[in-house]
Amino acid sequence: MASFSRRRFLAAGGGVSLAVAMSGCSTPIGSSLTGAQPSTADVIFWHLFGGGDGENMATMIETYRESSGTSVESSLLSWGNPFYTKLALSTSSGRPPDVTVAHLSRVPLLAQAELLEPVADQFAAAGITEDKFTPAAWEKATVDGTTYAVPIDTHPFVLYYNTALAEQAGLLENGTLRPMRNSDDFVATLQAMKDSTGNEYAAVASITVDPSTCWRLFLMTYSGLAGPIVEDLGTRVTIDRAAMEESFAFLQSLTGDLGLMPRTATSTTSSTLFSNGEVGFLFDGVWQIPTYRDVEGLDFDVVPFPALLGPEPVAYADSHALIVPASPGRPDERTASAVRFVQGLLDQSSTWADGGHVPAWLPVQESEEFLQLQPQSNYTEAAFNAVYDPPGWYTGAGSDFQTAMGSVVASVLTGATDPAQGVDSMTNSLQTFSTARPPV
Amino acid sequence: MTATALPAPPSGAEVSDRAATAGKPSRPENRAGWLFATPFLVLYLAFLIGPVVIGLLISLFNTTTVRAGVGSWVGLSNYADVLTNADFWASMWHSALFTLLTTPFLVLLPLLFAVLVSRLARGQTFYRLAFFAPYVVPSAAVCLIFAFMYTPQTGLITNAFGWFGLTAPDFFGSTSGAWFAVVLLTVWWTFGFNFILYTAAIQEISEEVYEAALLDGAGPWQQIRMITVPLLRPTIGLVLILQVLSSLKVFDQIYILLAGGPNYSTRPVIQYIFDTGFSTYRGGYAAAATMVYFVVLVVVSVGWFLIRRRNNAANA
Repeated sequence: MASFSRRRFLAAGGGVSLAVAMSGCSTPIGSSLTGAQPSTADVIFWHLFGGGDGENMATMIETYRESSGTSVESSLLSWGNPFYTKLALSTSSGRPPDVTVAHLSRVPLLAQAELLEPVADQFAAAGITEDKFTPAAWEKATVDGTTYAVPIDTHPFVLYYNTALAEQAGLLENGTLRPMRNSDDFVATLQAMKDSTGNEYAAVASITVDPSTCWRLFLMTYSGLAGPIVEDLGTRVTIDRAAMEESFAFLQSLTGDLGLMPRTATSTTSSTLFSNGEVGFLFDGVWQIPTYRDVEGLDFDVVPFPALLGPEPVAYADSHALIVPASPGRPDERTASAVRFVQGLLDQSSTWADGGHVPAWLPVQESEEFLQLQPQSNYTEAAFNAVYDPPGWYTGAGSDFQTAMGSVVASVLTGATDPAQGVDSMTNSLQTFSTARPPV
Repeated sequence: MTATALPAPPSGAEVSDRAATAGKPSRPENRAGWLFATPFLVLYLAFLIGPVVIGLLISLFNTTTVRAGVGSWVGLSNYADVLTNADFWASMWHSALFTLLTTPFLVLLPLLFAVLVSRLARGQTFYRLAFFAPYVVPSAAVCLIFAFMYTPQTGLITNAFGWFGLTAPDFFGSTSGAWFAVVLLTVWWTFGFNFILYTAAIQEISEEVYEAALLDGAGPWQQIRMITVPLLRPTIGLVLILQVLSSLKVFDQIYILLAGGPNYSTRPVIQYIFDTGFSTYRGGYAAAATMVYFVVLVVVSVGWFLIRRRNNAANA
């Protein structure tokens, strides 16, 4: 060791780190220091799917990789608020992925903040055009006349029913649930289920510690009567008090006076009750279909909710979409690879539909293959009647807004708050959001 | 966050004393001093002073995390918004409540156990290790394990209540249950740090004092009461302030275990800052909230310093 002095060691170490720094421009570490987008693969893709959806997405990416010979680096990030934080920060600091999944309900803010590449032109050239998508989804992907996202699905809030129990209650017609026209029909159906089974409840929804589900149930009911609760990107509260009070009163009657649903139920309670046949109906999102498909001895089907308080049926929904985050330095060929990748995923929409989602891509949605798919093809209509979160800088999937609104709904459903008070607390809560200084 | 504070650097008084006795250092020595301090100063400027200055600056702008740059000038209106926001004050209260709930346990229990362990004839190293070990486990791991044990119906802790004929609180669904869950976790997890501080202080106490007490006929309990605890008073004071400051900084365990729920009823102020600054992109507003919170922490620290100075003066 005597020949290798400390001075030489330090010099050697310095040389190595300098060499790393010099060659660093092509490595992810180097590019993160120089502020460039990393280029470790032809397409860098972020998504937020775990579980069955994650497996389906992995299959789709693998199939695309093999058929196109393009390299795709796919990262799974945990879903919810942190995902959009990462996306916004990576994009505003100039290091975004090439393609990422986002909920359409989150697109308005991202678009307003100029974090998204307007994609319509490049996609139109590749044959990805408006006429090939579910109109409600395409419309939601469009902000101020510019389309910023390519929807891949619609995942509505729907009505699950236990086929055997519905049969027993005489609620089936031609093997499917007898159509309902309004809230009276709906209540009568639930009552018939309760009478026939003799169980304590007819239906269940996850209410406790699940503000998102409460919010979906509420917005679906309310949207049958009135328009969005906020406008102008969330800065103006446009609550229709009468409609909101009526919606609250109706929902509260289900858990209260009519005793058709439990007023406290966690997601575990609701899945246990429905899986064991202790209730005949479940109100939940289509993404739960894979969960119940695996329950032994449970035969169920899924249909859209009927029109409740308003004249037309409304489905609360959100959509997964593919977006290309803005990156001023992205070379044209990378953008082209991104477009081809998006197209490759759209073509495999039928694999994606396995997770319960309705494909937004009409060539697949109208294909024989999808029409055969049960129960997914039952509720395609819901994708067309979809109502999304109102556009706003604070709204959207997994947002604090949904937590705050859903908590008010939960307290109405448990009976702690009466409908008129519920309207007041929702108005108050919205006041905090709408008067805060918007980030865009 | 838990107590990660390092022992305080030598106070100004000591430094000036030495300078007075040693005389002014010569110029080259002075230069060498600065040179040796450079690595620390660079990091201190880059990661402490720098961010504080940037934070102060952007708290006066409508800075957002969705756009580059500082945004438009808004003056003090971010501060006005923060100070009148009920959610902010609710989260400040949650941080304070957490401090009130955890500090007594984390100051007194480690003292008790440190004294007990110090009186063991054998196996001291084992107990020190056993008590300190949880502290080195990362917060995410601790929270995942506890979340597992708190699970309704199937969790170990939930079932443990049943063994005594009690019904477990709803650890995730009710506010009181959530506080119970997070306090229990925190006490188990961060107990070791204060335990080690006490153990070190106990070892500092001279054996001769105990010998003298023994000769005077003091029993073990009298020794603890009349010698150990009084001689530990400065350490108890140190542990108390370190604990208050680190409890006020609580974030990880509440965020990971409860996400501030149910319905934000346990959300600490740091999570509020994180939620507004990152999740809802309002960087300038969150910076203003941080500054308000920073001022509160400074007031607590200065208050403690003044009280201690007065006590020291009274004792002298």
